[in-house]
Amino acid sequence: MSWLTDALKSSLGRKLIMAITGLFLILFLMGHVLGNLLLFKPDGGQAFNEYARFMTTTPVIQVLSYVTYLSIIIHAIYSILITRKNKEARPIGYAVNKGGENSTWSSRNMGILGTIVLIFLVIHLKSFWYEMRFGILPTVIYPGVGEFKDLYSIVAAAFTQWWYVLLYLVAMFGLGYHLAHGFESAFQTLGLNHKKYTPLIKKIGFGFAIIVPLLFASMPVVMFIQSLA
Amino acid sequence: MDFTLKIWRQKDAGSKGSFNTYSVKDISSDMSFLEMLDELNEDLIKDGESPVHFDHDCREGICGTCSMYINGRAHGPQKAITTCQLHMRSFKDGDTITIEPWRAKPFPVIRDLVVDRSAFDRIIQAGGYVSVSTGGVPDANEIPIPTSIANEAMDAASCIGCGACVAACKNASAMLFVSAKVSHLALLPQGKVEATSRAENMIAQMDKEGFGLCTNTGACSAECPKEISLTHIARMNREYFNAKQTSNNIPDKEEVHEG
Ligand code: HEM
Ligand code: SF4
Ligand code: FES
Repeated sequence: MSWLTDALKSSLGRKLIMAITGLFLILFLMGHVLGNLLLFKPDGGQAFNEYARFMTTTPVIQVLSYVTYLSIIIHAIYSILITRKNKEARPIGYAVNKGGENSTWSSRNMGILGTIVLIFLVIHLKSFWYEMRFGILPTVIYPGVGEFKDLYSIVAAAFTQWWYVLLYLVAMFGLGYHLAHGFESAFQTLGLNHKKYTPLIKKIGFGFAIIVPLLFASMPVVMFIQSLA
Repeated sequence: MDFTLKIWRQKDAGSKGSFNTYSVKDISSDMSFLEMLDELNEDLIKDGESPVHFDHDCREGICGTCSMYINGRAHGPQKAITTCQLHMRSFKDGDTITIEPWRAKPFPVIRDLVVDRSAFDRIIQAGGYVSVSTGGVPDANEIPIPTSIANEAMDAASCIGCGACVAACKNASAMLFVSAKVSHLALLPQGKVEATSRAENMIAQMDKEGFGLCTNTGACSAECPKEISLTHIARMNREYFNAKQTSNNIPDKEEVHEG
């Protein structure tokens, strides 16, 4: 297997791992944002709680969630390896450097943007994912359906805190800019760059980077405003 | 025109460098950037000081030696040119101009603005040979090549190895250069025979030299005097991933030149 480990340790191998895990996380985001839109269903959280149980108990989804955890960990570890190697490649920097004239801001700050997302993920997972799996949650009984862990009430309570809403807004800004470069970059890394489809990939990436973070950010904002009423 | 120049001075590879400030006066706006430096050097020599060392050869944008980081940009503020093609009319009278050498670990500074770019030569060497049939002179059009492919290969072949891509990249990555070299042979029938080992060996050598990893910022292509396109990097990636799946190169037997 040494040819394979050598290939994966090479610069392009590392980039490949970064791109594949990044693309998988993009797929995850798509599913996650669509599911979470159930928070907006005006049924006191029943649909959301049913969805939360489905997501934590269905075997296929459990496998997918393990792949997601793994992707986050590998993506983060490789981002450290890559960033360290890149810093080593230029031990002495320039006194004057105008990166803004040849590249986008997001493309030059993927590490910082990713770190914002990572900090958010830790807090976010502790508040909801950990509570759902290992915490002691209140339960609700829906007539004719059964007893459910009431994750909705935990989410609703979290979103009454202004600092939590602010955390979401900052993180979604970070995610948006991370995706603004990351989406198209991943295809380029995979070797998929052609005048036939690259313009479309760029458009989809741009749209994705705006719409998905905006939808995620709308949840705490709307629920915060509702909590004031 | 008058300018204040802040130039990186470094005695040799081993010593610590620093910026020195000089002023040059009565510079014609039609002078090239290198001619302006020639004027400065004349003055320095007259004053008994050591002239500023910089690489140059063709002075017409084809040899790729005139490496300089000028006011925060590789080859200065204009697009698609080398330093020798940059004219003083691109600056304003009275400007302060900061001039630095390429900054990358694989490009050590030898003196002042001169860096050692032999890492590029070793990458080319690692690419190896191209098989050709000996014997009678072949007919010029014996091997059919579609125009679009010939053009694409020619675009890649126009890379002059100047190193601006490495200098401009925030990761000091050499992928644009290597991709141009991998592409221009991989596209042509003559280069197909050794395509897999060429991609594997050149990239192995690139990594060994200590260049950074591409994060697709596109700074390289934006600063490249020959406007080499990022599509070549995508092609190099395809060539490499394909080579890893199909080539018979086993790492232990792989021959990689010393860096
Ligand atoms: C849901 C979360 C995330 C998604 C969807 C995502 C997606 C992506 C994608 C698609 C790329 C482009 C890969 C390529 O250019 O080949 C990328 C690059 C990158 N990501 Fe993430 N990422 C996420 C989280 C993170 C986290 C948590 C970190 C850091 C701890 C991070 C750090 C980076 C860095 C440094 C790069 C640039 C490296 C490169 O372009 O090669 N990302 N990300
Ligand atoms: S790819 Fe462009 S910038 Fe890089 S060495 Fe070749 S000509 Fe110079
Ligand atoms: S001196 Fe030859 S390209 Fe500038």
